[in-house]
Amino acid sequence: MLSRTAASLYWLGRYVERAEFTAQLVEATLRLDQLAARPAGSDAWSSALAVAAAGVDVGAEGEALSPAEVAQYLLLSTANPSSIRSCIDAARHNARAVRTALSREAWISINRAWISVRSRQHLPDSEIILTLVEEVKADARGFEGALNRMLHNEARALIALGTAVERANGTARLLDVKYHLLLPEGEPVGGAVDRDQWTGILRTVSAVTAYRWLYRQGLKPWLVAEFLILRDELPRSLMASMERIVTLLNRIGQRTGMQGEADRLARRQRQSMRGASIDALFQGGLHEYLGRFIDDMSDLDRAISQQFRFT
Amino acid sequence: MQDREVFDEVFGVGGDPRRELRALVDWIDRTPVADLKRRHDAAEAAFRQIGITFAVYGEEEAAERIIPFDVLPRVFSAGEWASLTRGLEQRVEAINAFLLDIYGERRILRDGVVPADLILRNPQFAAPIADIRPPKGIFAHICGIDLVRTGPSDFFVLEDNARTPSGVSYMIENREAMLRLCPELFTLFPVQPVDGYPDALLSTLRSVAPDRAANEPVCVLLTPGPFNSAFYEHSFLADNLGIELVEAADLEVRDDVVWMRTISGPVRVDVIYRRIDDDFLDPLVFRPDSMLGVPGLIAAYRAGNVALVNAPGTGIADDKAIYSYMPEIVRYYSGGEALLPNVQTFRCREPEALSYTLDHLEELVVKLVDGSGGYGMLVGPTSSRDEIERFRAALKAEPHRYIAQPTLALSTCPTLVEQGLAPRHVDFRPFVLKRADGITITPGGLTRVALREGSLVVNSSQGGGTKDSFVLGDRSTMQSQSLEGMHQSQILPDLFTDPPLGGSV
Repeated sequence: MLSRTAASLYWLGRYVERAEFTAQLVEATLRLDQLAARPAGSDAWSSALAVAAAGVDVGAEGEALSPAEVAQYLLLSTANPSSIRSCIDAARHNARAVRTALSREAWISINRAWISVRSRQHLPDSEIILTLVEEVKADARGFEGALNRMLHNEARALIALGTAVERANGTARLLDVKYHLLLPEGEPVGGAVDRDQWTGILRTVSAVTAYRWLYRQGLKPWLVAEFLILRDELPRSLMASMERIVTLLNRIGQRTGMQGEADRLARRQRQSMRGASIDALFQGGLHEYLGRFIDDMSDLDRAISQQFRFT
Repeated sequence: MQDREVFDEVFGVGGDPRRELRALVDWIDRTPVADLKRRHDAAEAAFRQIGITFAVYGEEEAAERIIPFDVLPRVFSAGEWASLTRGLEQRVEAINAFLLDIYGERRILRDGVVPADLILRNPQFAAPIADIRPPKGIFAHICGIDLVRTGPSDFFVLEDNARTPSGVSYMIENREAMLRLCPELFTLFPVQPVDGYPDALLSTLRSVAPDRAANEPVCVLLTPGPFNSAFYEHSFLADNLGIELVEAADLEVRDDVVWMRTISGPVRVDVIYRRIDDDFLDPLVFRPDSMLGVPGLIAAYRAGNVALVNAPGTGIADDKAIYSYMPEIVRYYSGGEALLPNVQTFRCREPEALSYTLDHLEELVVKLVDGSGGYGMLVGPTSSRDEIERFRAALKAEPHRYIAQPTLALSTCPTLVEQGLAPRHVDFRPFVLKRADGITITPGGLTRVALREGSLVVNSSQGGGTKDSFVLGDRSTMQSQSLEGMHQSQILPDLFTDPPLGGSV
């Protein structure tokens, strides 16, 4: 496989996942915002912004953005490199460059998402926003479905690797921002605010009912954290993503003979997570832990591009 | 234009359906226009979803467009096709003999058949490779010969495309669309399949591989990249041939050997089907500012380590100034008259031709000798005063850059337009493959149609559309070929039943 093709496939996986993640986040935020009569809604959009566009300076003069402006920025802005529009554009650009490595169905699901996102200019109300979000989620599912019907070769593994890396990143950022912002000093843990907020987090990783199956104690912040970090039953958890990354690197290695630093970093990360308990993570500081995890993921990303000669 | 006697592909001259196409006329009569319209919309929606698009240079907004598709096919009888095939073979053999000669002994110049300065001082003459003999002596492996028709048996060659002719993906995709949308037509007519083209192309590529790799040559398709207007076709062909689609940055030349960069290290490349113009192939030899090219590629080619398809230097054969000499060129190498005649051509570099042209601009079609795609072209009868005067000035300033031709009454074909069915002018581009051991012509091609009433410009960049081109076979010979058609359905999955999504498609 061409190195350029490998890079495009990996980024294709990342961009589609990022678009879907943002769609889920917006959906959950809308839900939270509708509870604005209660205290939970007030910070919903600003924290969504912090999750999906970390480090981006949105309001040029620092003025607060209205919810509609934030939605526009997260969904359609071409100035935001992580907006759904930008992600779908980038995903399609990568897909188009490597069409020969994709099945026709996989390509069509990307192209269809691109056509529908491009046709939108404005988001006048939450109903239109939800329609767009639903479409993007459906196309992302269609893409994943098409992938599962592709040859099990390194092309598919590279896309899935991009998906897993992006997924680990997204969940870590979500948890970090929410924990940081949502547990203000003095707020009683377990109060009304918490409850809506934590449901919002679970909704973003499509795990509201899954949580109830695994935890009978009701919503507890530390359990949600354990669920999202350490439980490999949840496809979007950090643990499940790491397991997947190790497996995929292994599979690509078997087919191409290319193993190296990326495999080593991924295995080391998985090993340390397997031995971890949520209590220990809290004692060491959850924010610090998630920060380190995000740094480790960017090291892993660099190692992957070196190992497969992306540049 | 409309007052001239125009030959219609279905109705002939008088309006009576041609005998062999009566079944088509009956089909058209009993199919409501609304039904045709529905099929047309389904086809275009599918093309858009699959992304069968092309880019129009200089248009920011409509950066990707689909070529309009017309569901009414254009039909060639078995007899018409047989005689066209003979003419095309003769022409492509002559083009190759001519190229081998002018980049070799130059007999044709010594014998005074073509003026030497027209060749040697032509910008299309590739001096840097003039001493390289391509593998198996083939220069133009893939030719798209543009034909026009003015009467029942009056076909003319309008243009030879011997560089990197495009459009073959439409031949195959249009057929796929027709098989799904108008399956009944294929029971009415014994239509010869076109999906043998990718296999024929692959065997053409393999036939010119260096001997070292003759058993299992590594073939690649070199594209300028996703921003090129024909990128869809590049990826379509690479996919159907099962070869890598590479960009220049994926290739490197070391010790005169071409390698492609893969995740498991360098892989040696033997045959490059390049869809990049000569000028951009190798910045060390041609344009130094080319970002699309591979430094050292020509040295590898010279060393015989890689075959380039088509070979560099073929542009001289389809130059419009050379075109006017094609009847002499064909006669010189084949020993007989050209079976497919040229359109009468005035070479404006010659003073008499220039003055005739200037006196008759309103009637003539004037073309840049190095133009293509319908750019830089004047169609006298449909042009405004201003346009004609602009060309008059340009002709006087640089007469050697132009040729002129009479405006032909191109044949028409019934076409679905806003108001229903109407005749629209068409041309035809069949694709001819020259292998080491012979020629293959896929029974079909690209029919382009000028969608605007009266227009003669069929180029997609100028708003033209396409049609499927049926080549009929004998019922008896079709039996043996029907197996080849078996794998056709892999090309377009279940798309034509889906409505377009997402609002303003």
